[in-house]
Amino acid sequence: MTVMLRAEGVSKAFGGVQALRDCTVEVEQGSIAGLIGPNGSGKTTLFNTMTGYERIDAGSVYLGDRKITNLAPQRVFALGIGRTFQLTRIFPRLTVMENMLVAAQHTGDKRLHNPLARAGGRADRRRAADLLEFVGIASHADALAETLSYGQRKLLELSYVLVANPAIVLLDEPAGGVNPSLIRLLSDRIRELNAAGTTFLIVEHNMDFVMGLCGQVTVLDYGTVVASGPPQIIRTDPRVLDAYLGITEEDDDAER
Amino acid sequence: MTGGTAAPRPPAGGPARRLALAAWRPAGALAFLVILLVFPLAFQNPTVTTIAVDTLIFAAAAVAWNIFSGYSGYISLGHAVFFGAGAYTVGIAARAWHTTGDGVFVLLLLAAAVAGGLSVPLGLIALRVRRHTFVVITIAFFFIAQLTVTNLTVTGGSSGILAPSPNWDPATFNNPFYYVALALLVIATAASWLIRRSRFGLQLRAIRDDEDRAAGLGVRAMPVKLTAFVISAVVTGMAGGLWFYFIGQAIPQFAFDPLFDLSVVVMAFFGGLGTIAGPILGALVIEPAQQWLTLQYTNEYLSEILLGALFLLVILALPRGVIPTAAELITRFRARRRSRRAEAGPPAAVTAAAARAGQAGTAARPDPDPAGQARAGREAGP
Repeated sequence: MTVMLRAEGVSKAFGGVQALRDCTVEVEQGSIAGLIGPNGSGKTTLFNTMTGYERIDAGSVYLGDRKITNLAPQRVFALGIGRTFQLTRIFPRLTVMENMLVAAQHTGDKRLHNPLARAGGRADRRRAADLLEFVGIASHADALAETLSYGQRKLLELSYVLVANPAIVLLDEPAGGVNPSLIRLLSDRIRELNAAGTTFLIVEHNMDFVMGLCGQVTVLDYGTVVASGPPQIIRTDPRVLDAYLGITEEDDDAER
Repeated sequence: MTGGTAAPRPPAGGPARRLALAAWRPAGALAFLVILLVFPLAFQNPTVTTIAVDTLIFAAAAVAWNIFSGYSGYISLGHAVFFGAGAYTVGIAARAWHTTGDGVFVLLLLAAAVAGGLSVPLGLIALRVRRHTFVVITIAFFFIAQLTVTNLTVTGGSSGILAPSPNWDPATFNNPFYYVALALLVIATAASWLIRRSRFGLQLRAIRDDEDRAAGLGVRAMPVKLTAFVISAVVTGMAGGLWFYFIGQAIPQFAFDPLFDLSVVVMAFFGGLGTIAGPILGALVIEPAQQWLTLQYTNEYLSEILLGALFLLVILALPRGVIPTAAELITRFRARRRSRRAEAGPPAAVTAAAARAGQAGTAARPDPDPAGQARAGREAGP
């Protein structure tokens, strides 16, 4: 098995708060990996450091053999790492289709050379429409993105990330605040994409979602990795129970 | 099923109507252009044509401002710098080369070049920051430019610079200005339309909504913003040059006028920020009203107070502008009419079924069986 994405000894501090301390996380090619941990344990910070949205103090990040430490976000995106945000970041006053086309810059469309050409070539639009169909919001293609519901926005963010054909997708709480049937659709789609070759790393508080989907789960607590392994092992690991599952009652609002 | 023929009707009606609307839009634009073309033939009163020329110049400037600020969301209050730079460029060049008559219009290209050239360093400085900070920096540019022009000898200091006065036929004196202004407006609007539908325009609007996320998706924010800023400055400079030739004089406080910035901003906001027709509509309403008020009451203060009041009203009541609000109302009205038409069937069926049930002496409640309702509906239907 080859490692696709690796954070090696990553540390990051915000002022006096050590958000990440010597973190090492690996994601195998073709897998669906999970990243869990209590609120404030550094999951999102780790995502940010791996995707260029945050500079790291020490350590390195690799995509395959390539060192991508502290590259700018657009470089990271162009190299094939797509990500979504915990607080969904779509372009509210663009239409759903236009949101897709913004992310379609890296596809092989040669119209890039003519900036006044109509946004989105036919191939881009068809691919965007297919992806919207795939996540089930194709009927909203011409609506302004701000009119979408919370769950639909998550689906839009996922699908516009997919437009660029990323090799690996990092999802930050894809199921947070999303209704159960949409969560089921989401995990089905992730499984389908994974079967087609896309690797995933998922931060999520919904334990059923993570345990059902991921082959490998890493647990963070206070910025350090406390455990890593298959879900059935993680579920029974005393350190994990102590750090995380012990307080699920407060945290499982996504399960309801 | 008998409904088979009726079922495809709503989807078939939808695209057909949208198609009709799509065809209506260029036809409307063309009709509007024709009206503008024949306007000076219909109205020859110099007071009217003077207001018309002024309005066209401001419409072009508002469209130019909107290309940058409307699409990118970076509100510039310093575009008077480019307006004034265009005015002074034409003035200095015409004086130096003794240009008169139609030749002065050619100098507008020079005004475009100077305003565009000036906008590059200013843009590189101002576009590093966002929102309020950006607005404050553009205002600072404005004061620097005004003070500079007041203190230089080449610009004539505080007494400014005079334009050559063309010896055209007094009866049609305003016509050359009118048609050059109209050409400028058409060019600006075409540019605005091309940009809005292009990849470049999409990137600008993505920057408006979430610049960091757009950058993360590969939008090269700085070059995109700067290009829009320069295009906007070029057209604004030409508008300034034309305005100078038309007015006949440039003095620092009028060529670099804070009211210019306020006017184009109000025009764009009034019509609809980031739309193609919005700034034109705003200019068409606001500029003639201002000019007329100034003429009627022989002082500028009343129109300025009203302009300020209008700005407040627009921000409070129509924050998105007339055109987006109207479009939204039409969409909502259509959707309501469509859903009412769709609902018209079932409720009628329910009441008909209930009425019949009542007549039959049974309990007057709607038929719980949907097939029964459908049957009743068909019977009750025309």
